[in-house]
Amino acid sequence: MANQMNASNNSPTCVEIPGSKLGSQMTKGNTAIIIGAMYAGCDCFFGYPITPANEILHEASKYFPMVGRKFVQAESEEAAINMVYGGASAGHRVMTASSGPGISLKQEGITFLAGAELPSVIVDVMRAGPGLGNIGPEQSDYSQITKGGGHGNYKTIVLAPNSVQEMCDLTMKAFELADKYRSPVVILADGVLGQMAEPLEFPKKAIEHIPDDNWAVRGNKKTMENLVTSIFLDFNLLEEFNQELQVKYKEIERQEVDFEEYYIEGEDFEDAELILISYGISSRLSKTAVDIAREKGFKVGLLRPISLFPFPQERIFQLAKKNCEFVSVEMSNGQMLEDIKMSANFKDIHLVNRMGGNLIEVAEILEKIYELLNSENSKSNSSYDKDNKELNEPYIEKKYKDEINSENNLNSRIID
Amino acid sequence: MKNHSSINVDSHSKEFETKITNQNTNLDLEEFETKIIKKPKSINDSFTRKGGDFPNVTHYCAGCGHGILHKLIGEAMDDLDIQERSVMISPVGCSVFCYYYFNCGNVQTAHGRAPAVGTGITRAENNAIVMAYQGDGDLASIGLNETIQAANRGEKIAVFFINNTIYGMTGGQMAPTTLIGEVTITSQGGRDPDSTGYPMHMCELLDNLEAPVFIERVSLADVKQVRKAKIAIKKALQVQKEGKGYTFIEVLSPCPTNLRQDAKGAEEFIKNHMEKEFPVKRFRDKSKETKPLVRNESDFSMESLDKIFKVDRKNDVETISKTDFENVNVKIAGFGGQGVLSAGLTLAEAACSEGRHVSWYPSYGPEQRGGTSNCSVVIAGDTIGSPVVNECDVLIALNKPALEKFKEKVKEKGLIIYDSRIGEYKTDKKIKVVSVPAVDIATSCGNPKAMNTAILGVLMEIGKNKNILSKDAYYEGIREIFASKPKLIDLNIEVLEAGAKWMRENSK
Repeated sequence: MANQMNASNNSPTCVEIPGSKLGSQMTKGNTAIIIGAMYAGCDCFFGYPITPANEILHEASKYFPMVGRKFVQAESEEAAINMVYGGASAGHRVMTASSGPGISLKQEGITFLAGAELPSVIVDVMRAGPGLGNIGPEQSDYSQITKGGGHGNYKTIVLAPNSVQEMCDLTMKAFELADKYRSPVVILADGVLGQMAEPLEFPKKAIEHIPDDNWAVRGNKKTMENLVTSIFLDFNLLEEFNQELQVKYKEIERQEVDFEEYYIEGEDFEDAELILISYGISSRLSKTAVDIAREKGFKVGLLRPISLFPFPQERIFQLAKKNCEFVSVEMSNGQMLEDIKMSANFKDIHLVNRMGGNLIEVAEILEKIYELLNSENSKSNSSYDKDNKELNEPYIEKKYKDEINSENNLNSRIID
Repeated sequence: MKNHSSINVDSHSKEFETKITNQNTNLDLEEFETKIIKKPKSINDSFTRKGGDFPNVTHYCAGCGHGILHKLIGEAMDDLDIQERSVMISPVGCSVFCYYYFNCGNVQTAHGRAPAVGTGITRAENNAIVMAYQGDGDLASIGLNETIQAANRGEKIAVFFINNTIYGMTGGQMAPTTLIGEVTITSQGGRDPDSTGYPMHMCELLDNLEAPVFIERVSLADVKQVRKAKIAIKKALQVQKEGKGYTFIEVLSPCPTNLRQDAKGAEEFIKNHMEKEFPVKRFRDKSKETKPLVRNESDFSMESLDKIFKVDRKNDVETISKTDFENVNVKIAGFGGQGVLSAGLTLAEAACSEGRHVSWYPSYGPEQRGGTSNCSVVIAGDTIGSPVVNECDVLIALNKPALEKFKEKVKEKGLIIYDSRIGEYKTDKKIKVVSVPAVDIATSCGNPKAMNTAILGVLMEIGKNKNILSKDAYYEGIREIFASKPKLIDLNIEVLEAGAKWMRENSK
């Protein structure tokens, strides 16, 4: 690989570069979720239609019954997440998927899952908000997903894929983590990742999951004594339980931090002075920006959190001590920026963002890099230069413009 | 109703009466206790989950109907020998602590969600006998949707609906089942239908649905009604034991605390008011004609998964990382229905079959409303950053707005291929522009719809010396795209070749 990805020795875990074998199937991100889930031994899927997560529901309805697994199109998002609660109570691997407005509705169920310590996987293919917003991509569920989201002192483990391959692989990992910590795990994806297609290397194993009779309620003799609940009438008992949960979250923070570094520290290049921090689809755009800027000699790198809870706080703290500057590249209003700021000991953090369903353009990231590194190079004749911005506006002859804008031709407009 | 169990219980109650008579003459206390007083084994002897100093006393108020109903359900579980298979779902409300009492698997849930949770349990564990125990606020108000939908799906759940016309645990607020004129803490002048509507009749409502197997309303007003209730409960659990589907028992039950009644008053309230509004009757019994619901066994094997996803593990394609390979960014745009997205996918499949790194990203929007669409394809020698193409090397424009929108995004030395019906287009930039009579080419092969493939043929011919994608790759792309419609494969390959041929003939 030309652009060497390297993780520092100090990082808790580093990401293996995907192997050279990619398999031969072009697969949509949403489909990859279902493939990962099924090889991970997911037994039941409960979901409700919502764009841009629909294909997950479609593929589940198609493939689950083919191997006798259970699919229910629920009457509502609440019902779907509560069916997950039921299936998880029985100790089976179960999941649901939705997008922002649906996730808001599911939050009740998610806090109950956390309170009853039920392993489960929830996929959020983010779209633009608030309210109904639109179906364009955004990353504005960051706060509601990484901070718990429902009532009570709980968190969910959050994994953020940035490729079709990871949509599959991290879904498999999500089921493992869910069981390991008896906790709901959220896959935080976005509209672009859900809709795009890339070659997918299929999982190398298929898991047959055995429910844990120590706590599951399965309607048999072995599990008769078991109770799934989140109610503690006694204040002290509930406080004790809350403290146990916090111990669990500390353990997750110690064990499960996952991130990828690109051009930050290495032998073949100068250490980065400016670090983009970005996850999901934004990190793909950021990577391209880093490639272009590095070619021009800018000392810029990318840190991509793969786990959003736990967040790579320590690594960011370390880099902040080295006096690195940070840019949060996110499709939301600085929601991740707050976490970066806290990790970097309240240093000022820069922001490149878009909202409303608009994708960040590589040019916008580059502009920020050039501005911050303040080099003469930034004036170089790049096709991404902001001077060329006018050129980026589509030129349309007046005649066509009128034609396009006329009511008859409304349908022929390009939808971005 | 002439059914087996009712005959049984009738004879049982005769037995009971005989015993009472015998009692006067020949006191057999031990037998009497065994038959009548002893807790069923499906109810815990001592309620240790409750904690506190009184583990043998329930948390319910004196005179509450829950205790009676718990016992009836416990007895039915014993009679049918289903204790081990049973899962009791505790709701939110006074019966939130059902799990103190029922000696079986227990799951406690969110307010109103018991039928959804029950759905999850019964789908995951086909053999489990799932019971949802819910009050009127839980079932008929916040959980009405879950209630109706689970009933309509015919889930294998026994729902026990405790109707006492009031929210008990939260302190006596008006419920959907509160009677007209009934005073509660939130209807202090009596329930007024003008502002709060009318009592909700759940049995009648569910009786409109096709799927439920058994629906009955019973009452706990007096001993006679309690005995009838027991018959209904046993009947419902029999249906569950046989795995036949959804059963619903509504139980008119006293709440002396919140309704401020004594024992006599509670009985009179149920008899003279509740039973008038909510007639006690068996609404439906389809248990005889209903067959058990069979659900498939889950298959977790690798072989089955590989089969349904058509994974060929022997034929993996090595993805080659070639650092000297310059990224090719392609934008394809046109009307929905012109094959914009599928042309992009064909190209992506072609690249994938050749072991290139590749990504395909569609503009996704409300396509059903018509309009145009576009997609980005990136073919690369290494891991791809942005899958979204802003500036492109190749633009394929299938209509005029698409050409207008994206022509300025084409890089120097780039390529524009467009449908000749758009009209003439020239540019001063160093860009190769090709106007293709794509529909004519496709029509000459007998399928005008394949015009997008004709354009891919042109692209194939132009790129043939650039070592980007081979002819075989294009063929493979078409085979993948039309895998489910094999008839179209040869036709599209023919169109592809026709496009290439047209390009050869017109490249001077």
